[in-house]
Amino acid sequence: MNMLATLAAGVLFGFGLALSTMVQPEVVLSFLRFQDFGLMLVMGGAVAVTLVAYKLAPRLMGQPLLGGYFHQHVSAWNRDTLWGAAIFGVGWGLCGVCPGPAIAGLGTGNWTLLWALLGIALGALAQGWRASRPS
Amino acid sequence: MEPVLPSLFPLGWQHYLLGGLLIGAGVAWLFVSTGLVGGMSSVFSSTWSYVLRLKYFQQPRYLDSRAWRLVYALGLVLGALLWWLWLGDGVALSTEIPIWQMLAGGFLVGYGARLGNGCTSGHGICGLGSLQWPSLLAVLTFMGTAFITANVVARWLP
Repeated sequence: MNMLATLAAGVLFGFGLALSTMVQPEVVLSFLRFQDFGLMLVMGGAVAVTLVAYKLAPRLMGQPLLGGYFHQHVSAWNRDTLWGAAIFGVGWGLCGVCPGPAIAGLGTGNWTLLWALLGIALGALAQGWRASRPS
Repeated sequence: MEPVLPSLFPLGWQHYLLGGLLIGAGVAWLFVSTGLVGGMSSVFSSTWSYVLRLKYFQQPRYLDSRAWRLVYALGLVLGALLWWLWLGDGVALSTEIPIWQMLAGGFLVGYGARLGNGCTSGHGICGLGSLQWPSLLAVLTFMGTAFITANVVARWLP
């Protein structure tokens, strides 16, 4: 049941990414080049709905519909976050693809995205490998 | 407003807003139904835990979440496929971005997102959605370096 709900959430997310054309790297790059500000509407719309759910659900419901507990997104500001975000941005500006669209875009038959997907997987591998080494 | 909108959104704005609301609905539904916080980049680390013994990938946060994260990712593909079947014009989408840019850019995206613990959805949607100021700083940082990179690339690469 949990997996079915998770799948449905992914379907909504993926449909939204495709409808908003965020699965097309050219559209993302046109935002980054200040030619089309649509990405701000995508981000704004997504954050607004998420904000309401994250605020209200724990208050109105004792626990999630399918049981368990409400997890929290905790982020810290440190060197890793700064460098990670900076590196992420350079890559994003180079290819116009971020993790969500790299995955979702496959549903639109855009096989070139497999190269971005491979790159992301290798990048995550390199990061985990480096983090596993004694410092 | 009238003269401003077309210049800000030359391709129209409705599909952006509607798509964004649907993305938010997906993240919200995941939270309301299961209590999980659904950023996307973690799946690239958690999936490696299936095949690699490296200490980093064998952390509980990846072992405990790797199954649902893969299902979530599968949903992403299905959702986009649904859009394509329903609203697409029957032709597969394609991109003109060179393969080396996809591969190199992707590598930096994967490395950076995992080092910084979040991407456009993790910091951008989930982080801002839970009013985490470190996520706001992360978003401003990657937007900044992405603006610079995209414009430099547009200028120096054909």
